[in-house]
Amino acid sequence: MSDVAIKVENLGKLYRLGEVGTGTLSQDLNRWWAQVRGKEDPFAKIGEANDRTKKGSSDFVWSLKDVNFEVKKGEVLGIIGRNGAGKSTLLKILSKVTAPTTGKIKVDGRIASLLEVGTGFHPELTGRENIFLNGAILGMSKTEIRAKFDEIVDFSGVERYIDTPVKRYSSGMYVRLAFAVSAFLEPEILIVDEVLAVGDAEFQKKCLGRMKDVSVNDGRTVLFVSHNMAAVQQLCTTGILLKNGQLFYDGEVRKTLQEYFAMQKNVFESDLGSRTDRKGTGLIKFTSIEFYDSHNQPIYNIVTGQQLSLKLKFENNIQDKKDHNVRFDVIIMDENENMISMLTTFYQHNNTYIHSDSAYYTISIPKLPLSQGNYTLGIYCKIDEDEADWIMNAMEFTVEEGDFFNCGRVMPRGFGAVAIEHTIQLH
Amino acid sequence: MQEESWTEVIQPRTRLLDLGLADVWRYRDLVMLFVRRDFVSTYKQTVLGPIWFFIQPLLTTITYYIIFGRVANLSTDALPPLVFYISGVTIWNYFAQTLTATSTVFRDNAAMFGKVYFPRLTMPLSIVISNLVRFAIQFGLFLLIWLYYVVQTDAIHPNWLIALTPALIAIMGLMSLGLGMIFSALTTKYRDLAMLLTFGVQLLMYATPVIYPLSSITNPKYKLIILANPMSSIVETFRYAFLGSGTFSWAALAYSAVITLAVLLAGIIIFNRVQKSFTDTV
Repeated sequence: MSDVAIKVENLGKLYRLGEVGTGTLSQDLNRWWAQVRGKEDPFAKIGEANDRTKKGSSDFVWSLKDVNFEVKKGEVLGIIGRNGAGKSTLLKILSKVTAPTTGKIKVDGRIASLLEVGTGFHPELTGRENIFLNGAILGMSKTEIRAKFDEIVDFSGVERYIDTPVKRYSSGMYVRLAFAVSAFLEPEILIVDEVLAVGDAEFQKKCLGRMKDVSVNDGRTVLFVSHNMAAVQQLCTTGILLKNGQLFYDGEVRKTLQEYFAMQKNVFESDLGSRTDRKGTGLIKFTSIEFYDSHNQPIYNIVTGQQLSLKLKFENNIQDKKDHNVRFDVIIMDENENMISMLTTFYQHNNTYIHSDSAYYTISIPKLPLSQGNYTLGIYCKIDEDEADWIMNAMEFTVEEGDFFNCGRVMPRGFGAVAIEHTIQLH
Repeated sequence: MQEESWTEVIQPRTRLLDLGLADVWRYRDLVMLFVRRDFVSTYKQTVLGPIWFFIQPLLTTITYYIIFGRVANLSTDALPPLVFYISGVTIWNYFAQTLTATSTVFRDNAAMFGKVYFPRLTMPLSIVISNLVRFAIQFGLFLLIWLYYVVQTDAIHPNWLIALTPALIAIMGLMSLGLGMIFSALTTKYRDLAMLLTFGVQLLMYATPVIYPLSSITNPKYKLIILANPMSSIVETFRYAFLGSGTFSWAALAYSAVITLAVLLAGIIIFNRVQKSFTDTV
């Protein structure tokens, strides 16, 4: 008996772009004729790699191509990649919702997949009836469900409404019940897609806890797809990184995440030299913003509570040898363009002076108080009394949930926009 | 490396005759839950509830009686029209309803099928079963009316062929299942077939001796068409067994059975092929 739970070999999936329905009949006949003569599918050849940013010439695209990897028993594998990298396609094939075009997957053990919670819930049926229906759809037998029924109801916390049709449930109750059924699946291999992005913060934590239980205590193999890198890091032991339908990296989860962030590099190092949406005299011109960690290494993921520094490079056009009074501002705005805060030389004790040989300045932040979310930076520079350079939307960046208070818990977005260092005492 | 034992291999194509019936058996609880769901959801929030099971065939029978019996004066083979029409309506409805319901399986359940795997065959199977239950209730209604005529009049003469009823129902059910699966599989790609089916079923009824007895067709060309329809012998045999008038032949019945098996097999094969990748096209 080998210790491999899933073995993926040369997996590929070809998708047709554009409208299905026009010309399908003639293509089908063509394909069938090729098959009859024992030839290759004439349309499979012309497929191209899946890069949705480029306009391809072919109507067929390989959503996955030549993917090979293995998952050992008891391993928790995180599948990451940007949108459109092929994660969902891979999950769909693994869950047998759709068949691959090429290659095969060998599986040892019963698979259950959660691409969505509450699949098949019928609004007219009561909570109780839906537990049985949903459980059966997910592959449990009636006896299994009956044995776990009380636990499921208990976990969901909707006991009072269990005999009420679910159409009368609040959306929160609905999701809780739906997740509860899934949480008590007991397959050897569990495939999970982002279902943790449901419910309130407290319930999410409960779900994460349950997931961890499943993998650590029960020793089951779990495949987990998520955009929540904190959750991936927390849950997974190994990871694979997909890029444009191909396997980009396969290994330990920490390394995989690093690769992922490195792939995203351009997002954290903004090239500003060529930007034209700027104002000012141009006495200096910003060329880039870079993020560094406490060891002065470039970083690609920013986490709440992290120590980091920003390096702002600029092109210096000062000709004289004089000291010039300078003011540098970095404005932080949230997704809705509300100004959150400003990092500025204005708050320094003394005036700052710039010379003709200055090339960059740095800002160090001992502990980033921003909570998880997307932010925009604006940069501004005034030399003497003139606006030298001013870019309103210099770059966007994402902050991920982090453990600001060093208490072992991450600070969720739902708990506020910023973290304030504090202590609490009872007297 | 030693021989590996995999519980499952996911690959582009399965063998043609891999019907996956063992898988369906493993999910038998699900089939029954789908049946239950069908019933509960259909009659929730209706005042009359399951009484609708009776109203439907009764109204159809009365309509046929008025239109075909009284207005058009079609022959009923000297049988009391009420029992003549209801016998045809009851058994035909089972076929027509099962066929229409199974033919939209993929389209109706696309959202669910796109998210989770279970043997797709469970869905049409559950439809056949829930329609069978519906049929049983309507058959009960037919039996009541039939009993009345048996006891009160001597217009009808049931015979030992009644013993064939389960076989007739089985052929009907499997035929509609097979046809329904073929249609549901093809409509994932060619929606046109869905349109075709709705009135196709209606037309087929006129090519089946539901509202007229086979004996009333004298033109040999038409008769050939009607006999070629595998549903004809089922309806005729059913009527012959219960009412004692009509035509019965083992050959015609055997013909229906063979056609049914062929359609069913083709249905399962096509269905299984389509289920693997239909989410990409639907």
